[in-house]
Amino acid sequence: MSTIAISARPQPTWRKLIGFNLLTGIVLAVVGWLIGDWLGGRIHAPSLDYFGTEAGENDIGIMLGYLFGVIGFLIGLGFANYPIKRLLGHPASLAEHEAEGEGAMRYFRLCTDHKVVAMQYIVGIGAFFLVGGINAMLIRTELLQPNVHVFGPNQYVTLVGMHGAMMMGVMTSGVLGPFANWLVPLMIGSRRMAFPRIESFTFWLLMAAGVALITTVFMGGFQTGWTGYQPLGDQGTTGYDAYIAFFALVGLSMCLLGLNLIVTIITMRAPGMTWNRLPIFVWSVLATALLMMLAAPMLIAALLMGAFDRTVQTAFYVAGNGGSSYLFQNLFWVFGHPEVYIVALPGFGIVLELLPVFCRKPLWGYRLAVAGMLGVALLSFFVWQHHLFVSGINADLRPFYMLSTELISLPTGFIFLCAMGTMWRGRIRYSVPMLFCMGWAFNFLFGGISGVFLSDVPSDVTTHGTFFTMAHFHYTIMGGLVFTVFAAIYYWGPKMTGFNFNERLARIHFWSLFIAFNATFGPLFALGLMGQPRRVVTYPTHLQALNDWVSVSAFVIGLSMLVFLYNLIWSMLFKREPSEPNPWNSKSAEFQLPTPVPLHDFDRIPVFDSDPYPYGVEPAPALTPAARGA
Amino acid sequence: MSIAFRHPGDTVRADSRGRDRLSGYAKRLAGVIAGAAIVCVLLGLYIGVYLTSQPGSARAAQTPAGAQLYLGTVPAAALNDVHPTWVSYYAVDPGARNWRHVTTYVLPANTVVHVTIYNYDSQTGLRNPFISQAQGTLGGVFTLDGKQTKTIDPDAASHVFAIPELGVQVPIEGVADNAKNPCSNAPCGLNFTHTTTSFTFKTGKAGLYRWQCFVPCAAGYIQGWGGPMQTVGYMDGFIKVV
Amino acid sequence: MSEVNHWRRLVLWWLGTSIVATLLVVLLLAPILPPGNGSVEASGQVVDNTVLLGVSTPVAMAVLVFFIYALIVFRERDESAVVDGAPIRGDARIQTWWLVVTTGIVLFLAGYGTIRLLADGAGGGQGPNPIAAPGGANDALQVQVIAQQWKFTYRWPSYGGVETPTLELPANRMIEFHVTSLDVIHSFWAYQLGVKADANPGFDNVAYVTTKGPLRFDIHCAELCGVWHGYMFETGHVVSQSQFSTWITQQRAQYAPATQKLAPYSKQYFPDPQRRGG
Repeated sequence: MSTIAISARPQPTWRKLIGFNLLTGIVLAVVGWLIGDWLGGRIHAPSLDYFGTEAGENDIGIMLGYLFGVIGFLIGLGFANYPIKRLLGHPASLAEHEAEGEGAMRYFRLCTDHKVVAMQYIVGIGAFFLVGGINAMLIRTELLQPNVHVFGPNQYVTLVGMHGAMMMGVMTSGVLGPFANWLVPLMIGSRRMAFPRIESFTFWLLMAAGVALITTVFMGGFQTGWTGYQPLGDQGTTGYDAYIAFFALVGLSMCLLGLNLIVTIITMRAPGMTWNRLPIFVWSVLATALLMMLAAPMLIAALLMGAFDRTVQTAFYVAGNGGSSYLFQNLFWVFGHPEVYIVALPGFGIVLELLPVFCRKPLWGYRLAVAGMLGVALLSFFVWQHHLFVSGINADLRPFYMLSTELISLPTGFIFLCAMGTMWRGRIRYSVPMLFCMGWAFNFLFGGISGVFLSDVPSDVTTHGTFFTMAHFHYTIMGGLVFTVFAAIYYWGPKMTGFNFNERLARIHFWSLFIAFNATFGPLFALGLMGQPRRVVTYPTHLQALNDWVSVSAFVIGLSMLVFLYNLIWSMLFKREPSEPNPWNSKSAEFQLPTPVPLHDFDRIPVFDSDPYPYGVEPAPALTPAARGA
Repeated sequence: MSIAFRHPGDTVRADSRGRDRLSGYAKRLAGVIAGAAIVCVLLGLYIGVYLTSQPGSARAAQTPAGAQLYLGTVPAAALNDVHPTWVSYYAVDPGARNWRHVTTYVLPANTVVHVTIYNYDSQTGLRNPFISQAQGTLGGVFTLDGKQTKTIDPDAASHVFAIPELGVQVPIEGVADNAKNPCSNAPCGLNFTHTTTSFTFKTGKAGLYRWQCFVPCAAGYIQGWGGPMQTVGYMDGFIKVV
Repeated sequence: MSEVNHWRRLVLWWLGTSIVATLLVVLLLAPILPPGNGSVEASGQVVDNTVLLGVSTPVAMAVLVFFIYALIVFRERDESAVVDGAPIRGDARIQTWWLVVTTGIVLFLAGYGTIRLLADGAGGGQGPNPIAAPGGANDALQVQVIAQQWKFTYRWPSYGGVETPTLELPANRMIEFHVTSLDVIHSFWAYQLGVKADANPGFDNVAYVTTKGPLRFDIHCAELCGVWHGYMFETGHVVSQSQFSTWITQQRAQYAPATQKLAPYSKQYFPDPQRRGG
């Protein structure tokens, strides 16, 4: 139930801005940066001083600047308050921040309401997705002509790196941040996540990370692409420090987000919500969270060693001084491979969650689907060397990694089988979320099959490091995750925001995106096979026609995203057509609640007495009346 | 004094009832327009100031004997440069006058080009001693301080001027460490200690080619290959053959 | 409609489209599949790609046919009705068959790929201790590919350790590439030869190729190595044995001054300076 606050005198705006919020966070971030930079300048060991002076830049100052800046940012937002209070002896408290402040102000602070954090995530991730997407449009502009250069070579390589890093860093939390935070408590019958403050912490860390990456522009950019290979990264200007800061913060955010979700799912399920009744989306979230928690620390470790190489002249990755370039490659990909499954798994969960609703049938092969999710998660730790097939790794290892990588297609196949089984003899309605799920199926089919080609070493010899690889991972990541994120936005969006999207614009968005996406990335398979390597600013002239086609199609993708943005702003800010509580006739728990979902979700903790897909079963409802809340 | 009933989340729901402020609709419209304007301005700055900024270009002088290009290399750029500690190439006039910080050199097609490089930087040494031998020049030779030669001592190299796509590659010997009158920042006149390297090569058809240095001369960066070595405008640039 | 009808129709549609598609793909695409037939290893890759295509086309057709069929046949005709379908939760037989068939396909592909890989190395870099050395590796012509920012140079240990800026190879000969780098990670990719081997500093990466007839091949760097990575490409040639002998003799004469100054030939280099001193 909403609460009504009667204020005796409306507060002037400037008074409302004082306190622990984003503005204070930004101010303290700048202060922290200056402190760190100053501290770095004081570190005066003779050799460090020499390198700093000759290069004209101070890596230690920059890294400490990021460190203290982020600490200042978090203090300004109020994350230090509770630990300090506890240190001073105040009793433990839970949700003191949920309703504090007026409606809009909750979104600019530390807020422990999981629904607020989810909405913050959507907007924050959306903003950085826009930045990454604009970079992609600029990349394709440069590639229109092989011999006329719009951007300098340094700037182009930075563009490529920023696009990749921004997308990978931000979209890994693209489903878990917004949707898992919003849905998992509701789906398992809880009012909150296990660690609400950590939930908010992960969001603000991600925001700080995105800003840190953008600062690379002011420091000369970074020349390594999103994979940050050493020792090339070691050679870079301070722009590479921004990259390190970005991924270190992203890694920390991912790790804690995963931890929070795992603990919530294991410990906070309502009575009756047994493992057998867990919605498949929650299973996919669990599998993804396990990967996040285990893989992200590898990245942080790899980058930390790189930071030491750059600042205090260690030689982890410098071959001449006893280090090895292989060390970085292996550490990065031990993170990097689970990372791409972090990006793929939530998509599986969303599709399998939505299909029962739009086919009006229970999920087919529930146990098989769960086995598929967990199988992918487990196997993803055993395949990373397929990124290194031709790099000179021990040749005996290659058949093993070929086998393990091919094996991953088995649990992925289970997901397809379950989707197909759910559609079998269903009563399919072509709503916009369903369209995006079908788009996922088409795209991931080709993405997955191209993965089989890449996992085969003889085939990989030619396609490694080319646009074929790029097409493969764009089909699985963009054709997979991004399409399912849109499915989730159109499906759960009306519930989360309380407003409907414009249906016609949504359909235009889907069809233009689907066609333009395939028109853009389909030919990239051919370009790679015809000899165009990745991350190049120039290419043989006979490939220009195909590159131009790809670039124009990419611009159409940009236009379709603008259609979505227009729809979003129009529907949410201006038209504001209130949404009914259950527009899709779903039998899932979250749709049995009113719209908008009340502050404390359920009036009383629900008791579950059936699985989440009771379609085709008479009588219908999944929740007992007591579970429905207000 | 007024009493207002408020629901938390009021600003995301029905229009507010105040008559003495802008309607919620107008506020949101203004907000969206302002937001879009800010995004466009930032994007414009990003593209205009960062992405498309290129160092300028210099044209080789046309003489009856062919095109003449004069360059200078210094241990540190001018004091008012963005990177005053970085090594750099400059375009100069004969006699090391009129230092312009540009790295795109415009040359005529199908012409013999004479290049003279005044080097003020000290010796670093080549990572690959193979590059100590000139390639792609007429006769495979170059002139160092008046003497014609094919190679230099790899450890004495200070910079290299190489156009890999045209097969041109000439090592540039550095100033000795105990030189009497070294120049530190550009611009440097001929009175400072320097070495003079000159060579000739023939351009072919028109096109855009790149040139680079091959000596790890970026002081303060690992392997001497960061910073200026990877930045167009310092140790890398373009050759525009027109 | 009865269930039997759906199954039968699906299988028939799948058989029809698969046969047509697979034939089209294998007959039309296979002859033009990259990397072409410029070398023995490249031809091996083409065969491997053809097998992969031949296996994956029916699989893709199966999924596509099912989805298109389901989206047309099982569509809810009445837009306003919200009627549930049958509560089918699974079928152990179908799941088992699916598991068996897909596992079989995967094991076959992995096995076939391994056989192909171990036969001749498929042109890929195998590290310093290659296991897939095609027969005759002892006779191979050794060529060291030195990658540096941003150019490849080539060193010939059996010709006095001369270093050349371009690459020419004799026809019908087995070549043993030793790929290494002087600074950062590069990748030596000779497209038409079907060779790709990463160049790591201080490390020897061996790749084998057996050349066929005269050929012009593109050499690209396939690993981002800095600002000019996109420009790190050139052209190599496979020429007749006599032309090659003439060429290498001419190169030795031309680059004799430089060869004197080179470090002795080694599989790894740790060049100075590691950091610029002054």
